[in-house]
Amino acid sequence: MSGQANDSVIRVRGLVTRFGAQTVHDGLDLDVRRGEILAIVGGSGTGKSVLLRTILGLKSPDGGTVELLGANLEALDEEARRPVLKRIGVLFQDGALFSARTVAQNARLPFLEHTKVDHRLVTQLIRVKLSMVGLPQSAGAKLPSELSGGMRKRAGLARAIALDPDILFLDEPTAGLDPIGAANFDSLIRDLQQALALTVVMVTHDVDTLCAIADRVAVLIDSKIIVGTLDEIRAHPHPWIQAYFDGPRGRAARTGLAVSAEPRVSTRVSKGT
Amino acid sequence: MANTTQPPNAPAVWAKTQFDGSAMRVALGGRWTLADAAILETAVQTLDTKGAALLHIDLSAVDAIDTCGAWILHRQLRRWQDRGAQIELVGTSDAQAALLERMGVADEERVPLLRKSGSAFAELAIRAGIAATEVAGEAKALIAFVGAATVCALRAIRRPGRVRLVSTVHHIESIGIDAVPILGLLAFLIGVVLAFQGADQLRAYGAEVFTINLLGVSILREIGVLITAIMVAGRTGSAFAAEIGTMKVNQEVDAMRTIGLDPMETLVLPRLLALAITLPLLVFFANTMALVGGAVMVILGLDLSLEQFLEQLSNAVQLNTLAVGLIKAPVFAVLIGVVSCYEGLKVSGSAESVGRHTTQSVVKSIFLVIVFDAAFSIFFSRIGL
Ligand SMILES: Nc1ncnc2c1ncn2[C@@H]1O[C@H](COP(=O)(O)OP(=O)(O)OP(=O)(O)O)[C@@H](O)[C@H]1O
Ligand SMILES: [Mg+2]
Repeated sequence: MSGQANDSVIRVRGLVTRFGAQTVHDGLDLDVRRGEILAIVGGSGTGKSVLLRTILGLKSPDGGTVELLGANLEALDEEARRPVLKRIGVLFQDGALFSARTVAQNARLPFLEHTKVDHRLVTQLIRVKLSMVGLPQSAGAKLPSELSGGMRKRAGLARAIALDPDILFLDEPTAGLDPIGAANFDSLIRDLQQALALTVVMVTHDVDTLCAIADRVAVLIDSKIIVGTLDEIRAHPHPWIQAYFDGPRGRAARTGLAVSAEPRVSTRVSKGT
Repeated sequence: MANTTQPPNAPAVWAKTQFDGSAMRVALGGRWTLADAAILETAVQTLDTKGAALLHIDLSAVDAIDTCGAWILHRQLRRWQDRGAQIELVGTSDAQAALLERMGVADEERVPLLRKSGSAFAELAIRAGIAATEVAGEAKALIAFVGAATVCALRAIRRPGRVRLVSTVHHIESIGIDAVPILGLLAFLIGVVLAFQGADQLRAYGAEVFTINLLGVSILREIGVLITAIMVAGRTGSAFAAEIGTMKVNQEVDAMRTIGLDPMETLVLPRLLALAITLPLLVFFANTMALVGGAVMVILGLDLSLEQFLEQLSNAVQLNTLAVGLIKAPVFAVLIGVVSCYEGLKVSGSAESVGRHTTQSVVKSIFLVIVFDAAFSIFFSRIGL
């Protein structure tokens, strides 16, 4: 698993994804380097979530190869997948909490599955994770159906970071959070990433998050991907990218101002699903 | 070196104390991660600071620290602080300091993470009590639901345009046509078994030919309709409850309400209507197949001709016999439909709830079907049918 020549923890080559007649990805290449925060942006329906699912081995590619931590998940059996899965954490777009279990039980599951840590310590760690993601301790005993949308997202994050994974996959982590919560979230990811040398791959529509913490940005356009640092991407001539960063929200985020009441004409970037 | 706690087989993590005149220096090193949690806990707990008032915690040799390591360290720091020691962190990177900082927020509240549960016995008593009171509430709610469905149906009669025809036809297909093969096979086999057993018993009296009477009456009056109703309850009732229940979990039902669609009209009525139309047809089909099965068995086993079978059958049953069976079908259809839609709409929250109510819908509708069947038997015998 550790036999990688270079420092790419994720390597996608020539990925093709199709749904019927619709081609979502067409020969897409992507490398994610160890320890970086990569933000994936793109309009609604450009295939960001599908890309994550493909990298995670939940969907088999219609063409090309995907390597996660040096392993081709799709070709591995359950037993061989476990060590890879132990090293990743995933926050799905809609939380994907186990509805029959409480939040604390949801967060406990990775510990039960992958570690032999003492019961008491696990409980304490769950408390830590809950407060790290900004949930009150009282949320621990609640069922997902008893939480608000934003709280479900936080609970999903608590489960994703339960084991301090090497790679964290986040699908729109700040959508549905209040702005203060979103800013806290950004700094949480930063701290974790620096303290643990975490690699973060996140899909986001949030320009603030992007400017605050992304090391590199990947833009999904026309079934392909354009990757670069924030400055490189900003200089890219593609009209969608220009509209993205030059819209009222993009400008506000860049200059550190609050989003003004300007009409939002040129971007439709913060639409969730 | 005053004290060293370094498990010999795990050089990955270590913690040492050393007294340097004014303060106790605690040097930590290695990978402070979840993988070595147990070693970490003992290493930290067995550190002896000799009650020093000032502690210098040196993290410069720590290669990596995750939340687990940070928490274990934080917990120990808090213990030392509670004992009155003053703590200074040295050699922490910004990120490490920030991570340690974040541990503090976990201290404040101490709300239990698990739901409170009392003793097993008390729990049992409480649940029995709740279940008992629920039966009454349940019956009331079901009757209220029947009322609401009736109102909706009456409204639909006044304005037939509002009945969802496409949806109804779709349900008729999945309840009726899709069930034909399995129901046919089932009824045929039951006819065979009934004929076989009947003939076997009646042979002792030399009255084998009355097997046909037995077949005709029992199938047309009871077995055809019961088998069909039970199969539809298991096959269609469960599907209804699960479909509606899943829509409930996904908030689709709420969305319908906000758009102005009445779930009763869009979800329940087409299903009830489809069931009420389809079940009698299915019963007729099941009756036929069971009689065919019985006929095959009788003709082969008792060496009768088809004509003799038909003649005996027409002596044994009248149109009444068929009607008594068929008249029950729409009633059972409504029972199954009402119970399964009611259970579906009662789903809340979790996937588990979908499963529970789906099971409930099958159990309750089969129960009610049999209870009503018994009531019908009494009724028909009273009026002399
Ligand atoms: N299971 C599926 N079957 C058919 N088409 C699908 C399926 N999943 C996704 N698609 C299509 O693939 C495209 C990409 O979907 P995806 O969910 O990745 O979008 P996204 O980029 O994550 O959008 P958003 O920002 O709205 O979340 C969409 O056009 C969608 O219609
Ligand atoms: Mg998506």
